[in-house]
Amino acid sequence: MKKGAFLCSFLFAVFPLSAAPTVTLKGSDTMVILNQRWAERYMAERADVVVQVTGGGSGTGIAALLAGSTDICASSRPMKEKERAALEAKTGRPPVEISVAKDGIAVYLNEANPVHELTLEQVARIYRRKVSNWREVGGADQKIILYSRENNSGTYEFFKEHVLKKKDFTPYAQCLPGTASVANAVARDKRGIGYGGAAYAKGIRFCPIQPGDGSPGIPPDEKHILDGSYPVSRNLYFYLRGPAEGPLKDFIDFVLSPEGQAIVSKVGYYPVRPGNKK
Amino acid sequence: MNRPPILEQLIEWGIRVSAGMAIAGLILIFVFIGKEALPLFTSPEARQEASLSKLFVAQVPEEGEPPGHMWQPVSELPKYSLWPLIIGTLKVTLVALVFAFPLALGAALFTSEFAPPWLREIVKPVIELLAGIPSVVLGFLALIVMATTIQDLFHLDYRLNTVNAGIALGLAVIPIVFTVAEDALTAVPQAYRQGAIALGATPWQTARRVVLPAAFPGIFAAGILGFGRAIGETMIVLMASGNQAIPSWNLGYGFRSLSATVASELGEVVRGSPHYHVLFFIGVLLFIFTFLINLLGQVWVGRLNRKLTGKK
Repeated sequence: MKKGAFLCSFLFAVFPLSAAPTVTLKGSDTMVILNQRWAERYMAERADVVVQVTGGGSGTGIAALLAGSTDICASSRPMKEKERAALEAKTGRPPVEISVAKDGIAVYLNEANPVHELTLEQVARIYRRKVSNWREVGGADQKIILYSRENNSGTYEFFKEHVLKKKDFTPYAQCLPGTASVANAVARDKRGIGYGGAAYAKGIRFCPIQPGDGSPGIPPDEKHILDGSYPVSRNLYFYLRGPAEGPLKDFIDFVLSPEGQAIVSKVGYYPVRPGNKK
Repeated sequence: MNRPPILEQLIEWGIRVSAGMAIAGLILIFVFIGKEALPLFTSPEARQEASLSKLFVAQVPEEGEPPGHMWQPVSELPKYSLWPLIIGTLKVTLVALVFAFPLALGAALFTSEFAPPWLREIVKPVIELLAGIPSVVLGFLALIVMATTIQDLFHLDYRLNTVNAGIALGLAVIPIVFTVAEDALTAVPQAYRQGAIALGATPWQTARRVVLPAAFPGIFAAGILGFGRAIGETMIVLMASGNQAIPSWNLGYGFRSLSATVASELGEVVRGSPHYHVLFFIGVLLFIFTFLINLLGQVWVGRLNRKLTGKK
């Protein structure tokens, strides 16, 4: 008898028979920390719902949404026409796009680098290796060491489109997985330059972008990203297969609520709903 | 005629079936990978973007630029030159072998010829334990700990360079080379050594002039197997190479290996696109490389064993 009870409790411990509704959230590496914070806070408030968060890149999330293996796809880039069409062909309705936060892509320089601002044009020339020495952009006489992201990342695509104007990166740029690795690499390398979300800042500084008309450079801070004057900013999205219902809708409402948007500011991104600042 | 009992027959068949399944599995893997790479030869759409010639001939990146070998699959004008990847893979494999082979061979000579038995019992398992270190740990070590030291030591431009990745890869290769070389040296008949000593040779002369030449085929095989292991290794090069797809033999630069390219790009690639087929073609290339290399190594080991046991 006792044995049976023990066995039962053991089985329940290993395989919890919770019928808790689950929301799965997969995609952008840029957004992983933010997604996890949202999930933690949401689950703390509603013990009956489980939110599972995984990263893997925006493209991976969209592929998972297409395959039906995730409820929400987090993406740091807008969906491409091809992807939209593929989803619509599969589900019979257009995907739902929700902008959940804003982010600026900062250009990272090492703290010891004397260059204090660059124009967008200069950044593009550096990443296409038309300029390969810091001297040419007002720095020391040193080779420029380029750090970039792997070609499957949303950040890579965004940067390529908005800074390089769809031209190719030079193959001499070292591709690292994740914004954190790029930030770390630049922090360890005096001659390095990198790019990524404006939320990471350890041992690096964000290079202000000069509009090129002689006025001072614009740093990627909240004010300039929200008013759109910082030239490289983007929306962070959730994509769904169709209109949200039940626990899914509840979670998204939470994300867009003042409480959810306060988490955005805490993580280092910018709320999409102004007036939600703490 | 007394037939073997039914149980014997069952067991015998069971063994046959499992062996057959393993071989069938291997063949099927090759068939499936090959099937996904086939459109590069058969489908006009795929060939337009990535025919076999495009994978090996220099291309013009854009108007007014000199032609070069580019691996830029995500581009307005996708370019799939495999040279940068092949050069990168060979480059790091050679560095790994130059680093690992002398160390592993020296260790094998020491344990088989010079070490007292009690020490051999310690050294051998410890080196073989190296094989049990997950490659992700070695990759992490190279990325975080070794990279800066090596950059400062050799005054290299890049923190993540070929020397760094090659040494980490060498650590993964050492146990294989060591194990095979050690077996080959131990397999040399004792009579050879006794004969040499009787003629007045010192232990070092014996090892150098008698044992090493006798075990040469096995040692050669050890090198070949190490080469095969290094070519297919993924995690270490993915983490410690910087992934620059440049067709350069310069050891101070990074590189992008064939295996790391498949690992980092296959997760995102659009199914059925030319890029997808090219990645599978890379898989086929790697499969053929390692298969041939291992085959060669095995043949050499077999020869050595026959030679030393005196069988035809």
